[in-house]
Amino acid sequence: MNTQQAVIELLEDLTGTDISNNLDENLFTSGVLDSMATVELLLELQAKFGIDVPVSEFDRSEWETPNKIIAKVESLA
Amino acid sequence: MINLQPYSNPMYFVWLAVALLPLMIGLYFGKRLVVYQTIISGIFLLLIFGGPKWQQGLALIGYIIFQLLVVGGYAAYKKHANQTWAFVSAVLLSIVPLVIVKVVPAIEVGRQSWLGFLGISYLTFKSVQMIMETRDGTIKEFSPVMFVRFLLFFPTVSSGPIDRYRRFQQDYLQVPTREHYLQMIEKAVHYLFLGFLYKFILGYLFGTVMLPRLAHIAIMQRAAFFHSGISLALVGYMYTYSMYLFFDFAGYSLFAVAASYLMGIETPMNFNQPFKAHNIKDFWNRWHMTLSFWFRDFIFMRLTFFIMKHHLIKKRTRIPQAAYLINFLIMGFWHGVTWYYIVYGLFHAGAIIINDYWLAYKKKNPQLPHNRWTEGLAIFITFNVVCFSFLIFSGFLNTLWFQAH
Repeated sequence: MNTQQAVIELLEDLTGTDISNNLDENLFTSGVLDSMATVELLLELQAKFGIDVPVSEFDRSEWETPNKIIAKVESLA
Repeated sequence: MINLQPYSNPMYFVWLAVALLPLMIGLYFGKRLVVYQTIISGIFLLLIFGGPKWQQGLALIGYIIFQLLVVGGYAAYKKHANQTWAFVSAVLLSIVPLVIVKVVPAIEVGRQSWLGFLGISYLTFKSVQMIMETRDGTIKEFSPVMFVRFLLFFPTVSSGPIDRYRRFQQDYLQVPTREHYLQMIEKAVHYLFLGFLYKFILGYLFGTVMLPRLAHIAIMQRAAFFHSGISLALVGYMYTYSMYLFFDFAGYSLFAVAASYLMGIETPMNFNQPFKAHNIKDFWNRWHMTLSFWFRDFIFMRLTFFIMKHHLIKKRTRIPQAAYLINFLIMGFWHGVTWYYIVYGLFHAGAIIINDYWLAYKKKNPQLPHNRWTEGLAIFITFNVVCFSFLIFSGFLNTLWFQAH
């Protein structure tokens, strides 16, 4: 499974929303990701991809769309 | 010696314009006049904390030395070790002065700790943030000079907005391009005039003209409605105070951002049309944003992270609820150790928890109507909930119920 699919599935598990057709939607302004889901996302990324993102490194503007998250994960993995 | 509180009167703006002009010319030509900026910063700090307020000035100097030792000490320690106890101790040490300043007046009414000075809360946010980011490894090098510049950046020293160290440092070291700087000046001028409208016209109208009259009438009617004091004047006080609070603080924040922009520092904005919020969560993304984002990033997120990582709470929906309660309780205490600030914090925690239930319900029932009427209703409800919370926050109920004779 490639990173893109894995991230899409992860986001669906976390938020109950299928975002595969809206990969450039801003997840924070649309309310799909709240602070709580964000923390879950960070923990899952740590568990699944072994990437460590400290909370203070988490700049929302760099993580706001599914595509940006995928790019981030690929760059850090 | 004269004393001049930030943005308090027209003379301040004249002095500010004169002092900033050479710096602005430097920035226009692509150079930050560091020595000059340090000198005028010193002068403006002296105007705030000098003269009759010299005791505050001494407290400030002591505070800065103390934080340099705590934050600098932790940064030095972090280079070769990373124990949790050291991190926790550094955070606790760093908030000790603020805790003392907040607790002293609660123990003995009317007494102020000699450790206190205008802006201590805001400087504490900045110091704690440094320790947390050092712990995370996102701040790798501790520069004492930059740290002091960050803490004592005079446009925001007294009441924020609360900037972030790495962002500030980048702006300070990197002079904006001429084109970008001209845009910043344009924005600054706009913010200044908007600030005048907010603080000196609307804030004055609501806070100085209307509020004392409404307060007087409400106190006269404190026996109304079964001695609860609920009267039309009290309702009027609630809305008027809310408007005053917004226009006064948003106006001040606009001045602080404008002054920062002129100095080539893009201090973040504090307000984004908060009364347009369509729920409480949305409200906290628009109201006193640098404070609420600070709480979100350094308390709420860290707390949920910690709870989830250590599986402290089994039920998923309970985790954010616990985190909201602790988050807003701390925010309440930060405002001051009085019942009304603490109730204000708990009230917002309760509102945001109810809000979460509603959002979950809405997600499960997509057939619920959504149109501009429901949107309008949501804004109306949010606005009233917020104004009620500000009535608690104002402390007026304390006067009405326990002090007015």
